[in-house]
Amino acid sequence: MNLRLMWRKSLNVFMLSLTGLCALITVSALFFILGYLMWNGGKDLSWNFFTKLPVPLGETGGGMANAIVGSLKLLLLAAVVGVPIGLLGGVYLAEFGRGTIPFLVRYTADLLNGAPSIVIGIFAYAMIVERMHHFSTLAGGIALGVMVIPTVLRNTESFLRDVPRSLREGSFALGANKWRMIATVVLPAASRGILTGVLLALARVAGETAPLLFTAFGNRYWSPGFNQPTSSLPVVIYTYATGPYEDWHRQAWAAGLVLLGLVLLTNITVRAFLSRGSAYERT
Amino acid sequence: MNAAFPLSDSGTSAASSKAKDKVKETAHTPAMTTPAANTLRMKITKLNFYYGKNHALHNVSMDVATNKVTAMIGPSGCGKSTLLRTLNRMHETLRHTRLEGEIALDGVSILSLDVTKLRRMVGMVFQKPNPFPKSIYENVAYGLRINGHKGRLDEAVEKSLRRAALWDEVKDKIHKSAYALSGGQQQRLCIARALAVDPEVLLLDEPCSALDPVNTAKIEELLFELKPSCTMVIVTHNMQQAARVSDSTAFMLNGDLIEFSPTGTMFTTPADPRTEAYITGRFG
Repeated sequence: MNLRLMWRKSLNVFMLSLTGLCALITVSALFFILGYLMWNGGKDLSWNFFTKLPVPLGETGGGMANAIVGSLKLLLLAAVVGVPIGLLGGVYLAEFGRGTIPFLVRYTADLLNGAPSIVIGIFAYAMIVERMHHFSTLAGGIALGVMVIPTVLRNTESFLRDVPRSLREGSFALGANKWRMIATVVLPAASRGILTGVLLALARVAGETAPLLFTAFGNRYWSPGFNQPTSSLPVVIYTYATGPYEDWHRQAWAAGLVLLGLVLLTNITVRAFLSRGSAYERT
Repeated sequence: MNAAFPLSDSGTSAASSKAKDKVKETAHTPAMTTPAANTLRMKITKLNFYYGKNHALHNVSMDVATNKVTAMIGPSGCGKSTLLRTLNRMHETLRHTRLEGEIALDGVSILSLDVTKLRRMVGMVFQKPNPFPKSIYENVAYGLRINGHKGRLDEAVEKSLRRAALWDEVKDKIHKSAYALSGGQQQRLCIARALAVDPEVLLLDEPCSALDPVNTAKIEELLFELKPSCTMVIVTHNMQQAARVSDSTAFMLNGDLIEFSPTGTMFTTPADPRTEAYITGRFG
């Protein structure tokens, strides 16, 4: 009996340690990457990095101002393309989504969500770049926008569905019709969750490289407007990290740190925002 | 179960004397001097209701008197809430429901009315307080806003909160979130919200079931105060509550309206043995 108890206890301790270790490995992966980036890239981060253009080959110094601005422009376009479509589509699925067509929409959105990003890049290349005969911010932004749509769509749908039926009934009982009810009660109640989803979707595509390689391409100079090839952080990291120069490698580390920092910052902000509680009382 | 007998009995005698007082009081109000046709606000005729294939209400006919409280009692699942929700066509927000028969509001079939207009005339308060995630002010103003109310809302909001006996408690925090209020206050806010659009009928679906006795008493007091100006239909699980607040009571069982009579009569000399069995606590 005593032996059996000891065996049970030691097994318990062993399993607890094993599961704890696995959890620790998961967490440490992020901290390891972050630490590694800081170690390698931190020392090359300077004011110049954020304000200067890349310098010609052979010279040291310079910065990635054009890539940072380029990435922000691409994200802006992605939001303009992806958010309205995802948002309104999500409203449709949550509020009117019964039957075959909504089922197909949902299914397709999930497939699109899982589609390799390089395939979406090829699609944007064929649809936009080939027709315009040149790379552009526009093509890159649309490619990213297409990737934003399914995430925003499904996220919006799920947050709208979470709004309790009692709130909808309260609105109907006062004489609201359906669109009025959605616009004045359901959307405001779910707005925080929807906004979170939008920001997370944008943070996710911020790091996408593949769809930009043959849409936005790259640019060593400023890219005015949306009609010319543009530099972007992920593509610069890819180019610099695979290039032959030591200075490029250092800059790629720094760019990686900036990109990860931006994405982490967005995530943390969003989660802090969400944790302030739900807009409505859960039942 | 017999222990419930003396309880409901004492509730009954108190209620019947109260009900008589109410008759005396309302005798002086203008509502009683208007023509007979006007004393009937809603008329339900041969109502049958189906959830899909489930026949939930069988041939129900009853009248709702103007500026009175009509109570509906009965065990869970007897159809009292279903009946209540047909009165402002809330059942239409559910799928696979079907209604046969006639419901008239002031002599006009409610099925012929625009549903948003109907719901403005027949307001509803739900089982659980369901304030919107907005400020107290915006909750009350909501009905006015969506119905295109022109002019200043402040006065209308204050008036509704006063009618719901909530003004004094919230006047200093009217732009704070409605969720900062207690459950009882939230329910009175929901009543204020419903009153803001000046409904002719107020439907109350077990409005006190989520509240403690003190808040329940406050709501019941409020119903008395509203009676001269508003017709009310209340669904309740609590027979003492029905006895205390209502003028007439409908007893329902398995989708049938078993008995519909003045509350005093119902609780002292019920006509149907099933009613007697229910109100004396032998089942349900």
